[in-house]
Amino acid sequence: MSTLTDPPKPGFRLSQLIYDTRYRSITIQVIALVLIVGALWWLVNNTVNNLNALGKDFNFGFLSSAAGYDINQTLIEYNNQMSHGRAAMVGILNTLLVAFMGCVSALVIGVFVGVLRLSKNWVVSRLMAVYVEGFRNVPLLIWILLIGAVMSESMPQPRDFRGEDATTSMILGDSVAVTNRGIWIPRIGFTNSISGEEAVAPIEGATPVASGGADWLLVLGTFALSLIAMRFVRMRADKIQHATGERPKTWYQLMGLFFVPVGIVLFALGAQIVTPYLKGFNFTEGTHLRNSLIALWVALSLYTGAFIAEIVRAGILAVSKGQSEAAAALGLRPNRTMNLVILPQALRVIIPPLISQFLNLTKNSSLAIAVGYMDVRATLGGITINQTGRELEGMLLMGAFYLALSLLISGGMNYYNRSTQLAER
Amino acid sequence: MSDTPVTYVRKEMLGQKAPPTSEVGPVRWVRENLFSSPMNAFLTILSLYAIYVVVSHVGPWLLNGIWDAESLTECREIIAATGDGHHSAACFGVISARWHQLVFGYYPSELYWRPILALVVFLVGISPVMFPSLPRKLYIVTLAAPLLCFWLLWGGSIWFPVSIALGFGVGVVAHKLLDENVSALAAIIGAIVLPLLFWLYLAGPIASGLDSVIPLGIEFVPSRSFGGFMLSIVIGLSAIVISLPLGILLALARRSDLFIIKTCAVVFIEVIRGIPLIVWLFTAQLLLNYFLPPGSSFDLTLRVIIMVTLFASAYIAEVIRGGLAALPKGQYEGADSLGLNYWQSMQLIILPQALKISIPGIVNTFIGLFKDTTLVVFIGLFDPLGIASAIRATTEWNGIYWELFLFIGIMFFISCFSMGRYSLYLEKKLQREHR
Repeated sequence: MSTLTDPPKPGFRLSQLIYDTRYRSITIQVIALVLIVGALWWLVNNTVNNLNALGKDFNFGFLSSAAGYDINQTLIEYNNQMSHGRAAMVGILNTLLVAFMGCVSALVIGVFVGVLRLSKNWVVSRLMAVYVEGFRNVPLLIWILLIGAVMSESMPQPRDFRGEDATTSMILGDSVAVTNRGIWIPRIGFTNSISGEEAVAPIEGATPVASGGADWLLVLGTFALSLIAMRFVRMRADKIQHATGERPKTWYQLMGLFFVPVGIVLFALGAQIVTPYLKGFNFTEGTHLRNSLIALWVALSLYTGAFIAEIVRAGILAVSKGQSEAAAALGLRPNRTMNLVILPQALRVIIPPLISQFLNLTKNSSLAIAVGYMDVRATLGGITINQTGRELEGMLLMGAFYLALSLLISGGMNYYNRSTQLAER
Repeated sequence: MSDTPVTYVRKEMLGQKAPPTSEVGPVRWVRENLFSSPMNAFLTILSLYAIYVVVSHVGPWLLNGIWDAESLTECREIIAATGDGHHSAACFGVISARWHQLVFGYYPSELYWRPILALVVFLVGISPVMFPSLPRKLYIVTLAAPLLCFWLLWGGSIWFPVSIALGFGVGVVAHKLLDENVSALAAIIGAIVLPLLFWLYLAGPIASGLDSVIPLGIEFVPSRSFGGFMLSIVIGLSAIVISLPLGILLALARRSDLFIIKTCAVVFIEVIRGIPLIVWLFTAQLLLNYFLPPGSSFDLTLRVIIMVTLFASAYIAEVIRGGLAALPKGQYEGADSLGLNYWQSMQLIILPQALKISIPGIVNTFIGLFKDTTLVVFIGLFDPLGIASAIRATTEWNGIYWELFLFIGIMFFISCFSMGRYSLYLEKKLQREHR
């Protein structure tokens, strides 16, 4: 075997860094790293120089100093003596509130419209197509401004509700007032409130009520426990069905679990509906939904609803007809067909883009600036920055908030995707 | 069996009877499509009622619209004089009176030909890309279009864009010479480094030198004068044109095997996508001066274009990454087995197919990007909505809302809807090629 050539010498030549694919990737990465670190260093260096030149430092101490401005919609207790951090928290909660409300209503609208767009009814499907195309192709900002203008320009003033010759009246059995200053809806007050808030009579002579966070926490907690219990009932029914082939009747247990515990808690707390009424120049009591919230909420839900409708439509079309026919051939009743065969397959197509629409809605809620809704952009990224002159810190915190929210949601989505992925070859 | 005819058997076919009236023509269509079930009938009536309500309110308002009025008061006087008093009427006079402002913003009126010409140049430049049947010579316009449009819009000395174009020329020449004489790698490095050096150190002196010898130029228009739909189109189109190649590079980087490059791409894309555009725009307005060397400040419109471009490129990157992931693995392996290197296989095998798959997503991103240009109103640029508030702030048109919103909305609808249709057309055309 003397014909064998010698193996290449193991020595390392400098030219291998460029011409040998084994080393070239390292060369490229090192160069890229040096360039990126250099660019970052350049940016940080510039920032430090600029801050020095302006005589500013970089710290987040401003978050604990008094904010000194009022916020017109607060979910947690707040007054202008509290800190900037607290104001930012209020803004964050307002962002989350409008995002959550928007996601729920956009989902409802989207599912309805998506299904109706597939309807054989010509008028309905065309109407839905007009809605979808109209909202998808016009900037969201225009819709927000338009709905804001509708609310503030063409709704009646509170004084139109007054007196014998009132030109307008409250709707839904005198419980909801739609005015150009917002919408007043009834709220629930508790006569035996456990929140420690002082109970106040909504109208003179009425039973005093209060409604604090602790009451609602109790109600929602009970409801959550009911839902968990309902899940156990269903699991037990499944187990019995697997074992015996007979599925026990569970609907009365489920209904009972759904209504009774919450009903008992509400009764024990002495829940009462408090309706708004006109007092002075404005309505009082009840819950006041401001124009800014309504405009933002309605526009976000209609706009995102149009996108969701398309997703739902695509999801339904993606399940082939043979699936429902096969389920029928197996003897499944229509609702079981829907729950066990169609929905799981359609949802696999629908949910990932749906969640990214929810994410878009949350990010789009920063357009609150157009109608003056006090979200995190308006408090932390707006008034706080203007008052303290801490642009860099404020913008960083706001960016971090949005980024964390996005990463959280997309992390959840990735988890869902992995758990529902088809096991392929 | 006898030959007696069996009289009860018909010998010839009966002529076809007309179907019952309920099963033909419009009646059948209405029965099937509108009233096939009680639920359907209910939905039909509900929708017809909804349409009636909208049309009966908006129809007269639209049709009675006043087109020639110089102010809202004048318009209301005309309505009061001519109308029947029951119906309101739209004051479209604001659109005819402020048409130029809505379209061009505060651009000098004697120079309106320049943005129009720039748009024509752009359209001619993009046409060979959009419609492959056009002659390939048009690609010359495509190459020249960006700088030409830039020069037409902002004006100033012609030598400035020419010296930038020279930089590209330097790059091409350097690549060719180094490739022939030294090596391919040196050629790539030279083609990147030499033009950068040229732009940094030589472009300015050359431009000003040429300008002092032969002063050729047109009137300079500052970005502050840009406004209306022109501003939306300038921001939207420049971001679209620049973000596509950037997005492709980012997508390739995110799918690359090189760890550091991949990490950087992931961080960039996720950070950009995780934060709303409006926050980025405020960053451009408030913070960019912190990140740049002390004393340097540049045009707000340009900063916005850069921000919007980076924003769009992250979204484009994700769309193209989807296209790359959707390609069967055999395509990558086939390219490798042919002995193509990375860039060759990307350019010849992978990207043409991946881009084809991603076209709908890319166009959707562009539609979103164009709609998002309205957000620049919040940092004080005069996009159509900014112009609308400026118009509303004048004494003549104080208090006019619906007409302006309607007009701006319809303009956006037309452009976005046609982009969407173009994407459908492309999708269909490319699908046919496959089958």
